[in-house]
Amino acid sequence: MLPTTRGAFALAAGAVVLALLPFMAQVYYVELATTALVAAMLALSLQLLVGCTGLVSLGHGAFYGLAAYTVYLVTPEDAGLSIMITLPLAVLAAGAAALFVGALSLRTRGFFFLMVTLAFGQMIFFIFHDTKLGGGTDGAYLARPALSLLGFELTYTRRQRPVFLYYVALVQLVAMYLFLAFLLRSLFGRVLEGIRINEHRMRALGYDTYRYKLAAFVIGGALAGVAGHMWAMHRAFVNPEIIGWHRSAEALLMILLGGLQSLHGPILGALAFTGLGELPQLVGDAKPFARFFSAIGLADFGLRVQALAERKLLLEGLVILAVVLVLPRGLAGLRWPRFIRPAFGGRPAGNERVQP
Amino acid sequence: MKADAAPVLETTALSKSFGGLSAVRDVSIALNRGELHAVIGPNGAGKSTLVNLLSGELRPTSGEIRLDGRPVTDTSAPHMAQAGVARSFQRTNIFPPLSILENVRLAVQAIHTPMRGLLRPHSAARDLDTRAAAVLERVGLGEAPHRMAGTLSHGEQRLIEIAMTLAGNPRVLLLDEPLAGMGNEESEAMARLLKDLARDHAVLLIEHDMDFVFSVADRMTVMVEGALMASGPPEAIRADAAVQRTYLGAAS
Amino acid sequence: MSFAGFLAQLLNGVQYGLLLFLIASGLTLIFGVMGIINLAHGSLFMVGAYVAFLTTRAVGSAWLALPLALIGGAVFGALLERGLFRHFYRRDHLDQVLLTFALILLFEETRSILVGNDFYSVPVPAAFDFSVPITAGFSYSAYRFAVIAICLALAVVLFLWIERTRMGAIIRAAAEKPEMVDVIGIDARRVHMTVFAVGTALALTAGALAAPLYSVYPGMGDGFLIISFVVVVIGGLGSISGAFWSALLIGLVDTLGKAYVPAVAGLAIYVLMAGVLIWRPTGLFGQRG
Repeated sequence: MLPTTRGAFALAAGAVVLALLPFMAQVYYVELATTALVAAMLALSLQLLVGCTGLVSLGHGAFYGLAAYTVYLVTPEDAGLSIMITLPLAVLAAGAAALFVGALSLRTRGFFFLMVTLAFGQMIFFIFHDTKLGGGTDGAYLARPALSLLGFELTYTRRQRPVFLYYVALVQLVAMYLFLAFLLRSLFGRVLEGIRINEHRMRALGYDTYRYKLAAFVIGGALAGVAGHMWAMHRAFVNPEIIGWHRSAEALLMILLGGLQSLHGPILGALAFTGLGELPQLVGDAKPFARFFSAIGLADFGLRVQALAERKLLLEGLVILAVVLVLPRGLAGLRWPRFIRPAFGGRPAGNERVQP
Repeated sequence: MKADAAPVLETTALSKSFGGLSAVRDVSIALNRGELHAVIGPNGAGKSTLVNLLSGELRPTSGEIRLDGRPVTDTSAPHMAQAGVARSFQRTNIFPPLSILENVRLAVQAIHTPMRGLLRPHSAARDLDTRAAAVLERVGLGEAPHRMAGTLSHGEQRLIEIAMTLAGNPRVLLLDEPLAGMGNEESEAMARLLKDLARDHAVLLIEHDMDFVFSVADRMTVMVEGALMASGPPEAIRADAAVQRTYLGAAS
Repeated sequence: MSFAGFLAQLLNGVQYGLLLFLIASGLTLIFGVMGIINLAHGSLFMVGAYVAFLTTRAVGSAWLALPLALIGGAVFGALLERGLFRHFYRRDHLDQVLLTFALILLFEETRSILVGNDFYSVPVPAAFDFSVPITAGFSYSAYRFAVIAICLALAVVLFLWIERTRMGAIIRAAAEKPEMVDVIGIDARRVHMTVFAVGTALALTAGALAAPLYSVYPGMGDGFLIISFVVVVIGGLGSISGAFWSALLIGLVDTLGKAYVPAVAGLAIYVLMAGVLIWRPTGLFGQRG
């Protein structure tokens, strides 16, 4: 799960590159990168369950969405509250919901666990979808939380906002990574690893695995709350779509894409996934693409390909199929050139995926 | 071995049925400290089910289990382990991707770590290392403890199984065919280890190798079709005509 | 509300429950025998509904939709099993989840390309487009009666298949003891394909039956999928009779709830599921968890 010393340097270098991004990219890409960082936080929080503990949950997106809605619900209409108020409240709400859902769903295993987490996640979805609590199906706008602490407020102009929000997201992502790394290095992390490899044996050894799994579930849910809070802050908008279970499935895809074997995998997966989502845009906008097809007398075909590329679900579905069929170990399973390879993966043999 | 007066683990009329099929019927058995109690019987006699009942993995259909005289009939597997009843498995049940030391450390940690110590970095938990190393030394796996468990020979994996069972410093050991698939030399080492263990533990041993059983057991119980057929010192079992007819005779 | 109104809701509940049974039984069979999680099962239901919609639009009546959904579903299911699912029986849950999630997206996008994203109503087949008088002041839709009858007939056939045939015996054994799948050896591939075909046919048929009642719309499979999950959780795994009673229970609770206590009805089935998980985590009728 954790990187080697060289891997840690590689990760630190990656963080530096990310920190320099606003100086190199246009506003559009900075905002896109913020979206990717939020996705990375969501996937990272889910990795605690999937990659570390071996629990595949389809209800994780609900805690993320609930946190975003919490920001909306506690924020007065005209003025944003301090992040020092909204963040703890959002995390608390997500953690409490995770406690409720986890306490019930962890009484089951495997297939049942998947179904129950999905159903309870959908219950939270329906609360916001079918009632007027959060603007119903249309969603609602909200005032962004302010960056203030003890009366001291960090202000920014409208033009500076994308960059500020980007750094807020980056700082939280790095903090979350370090927190999880700390957790996995602890004896608690060892127990989660043991549960993933062989829960039956763990129980025979004297571990009340239910409690440990519940603890992981609640921590994961609360961290998903951090991601959901950042989403609300980034977009200043909530709608039921962010709670739906498709979000959970996408987070699982990011994890599979980046690799189950490492803590940084989900981050890479989220960046790759968000980048893929931009592909239709790039194909659609690319003049050379259109020119190429008109030149060979297939302008019509070129347009059709562009129209097809606009169909995001189709693209996403095909990408998932490709990953599941061709890259069952994610991008981490690709054969990297020898000079980079040592940076990836902690212990090569120690992280085999375990059949349920 | 001299046994203390009061049994450590004891059952009364213990029964377990799956659907309509009864796997264990009316079994009353007592395990004493300082005594190696062997349970023998043909395949499907309910021996492993008995171990599963005693270790809390299965709930009995009826009957009672007492640990130090207190009823523990519906106690879960983790709580039985915490209470000092440890078991090994017939089919090797370890953590293949972890090193030998990490396997045993997990077992040590299960019993010896208070909740507040859980957030310590695992690399700083030297106390667990020391304890795990001592256990590995005792079962003869002290050398090269950083090898990955999944790559070891079958015999060595069996030893990890035993080491994990011992790691929590239990009072009762339930050993389900610890010799299964071991070579001669390894068996002899295991026999010495078991005799040694029986001095300060209450041991229940399930084993098919009759020569081995008669050489180590202080007390024996024969199970057939889920029920007790005979129970007593090895000499008495060897002399028992019914056991001779139905089991020992058939085995030789 | 009047007694007649109550009776109507009761019948609606039974009819809804029986539709859920058609979906949930396929889900639980497929999991029970192959150990695979098919999230796209709701999409298959949607495909059935659109089959009904398209047949009606093409030939002007829905009479053809039912056999088409049943037979087409079986063929489609067999093809899916052969081409895709067969390779995923031994993969872990995460891969299965993502595979079937991808199928959902592909089904949805195909539907969007073929018929767009609008809601369409589907006319009730002309032969059943009347009401059956029950009491002086109360009559009930003949089509809904027909749906109830067809679902019950399919349920009886399914029960007989599971209980009375050799393949049924293999399926029961496999659902109770997964190791059995290895024992049946040479038959396994045929059993797998048949079970998948039957499950898919049932889902498509349920969709075709449901189309005139609920109209057809994007994402309609999702809601039914999740309710079917609740049915399976409450019914217990691998138990067809469990799925049957639990589907009826959910159908009634949901329908009566929405009729009499609309404010909280959306949550009722989840509360029911939470209660079952606390009381009997292996389901009300299940053998194992």
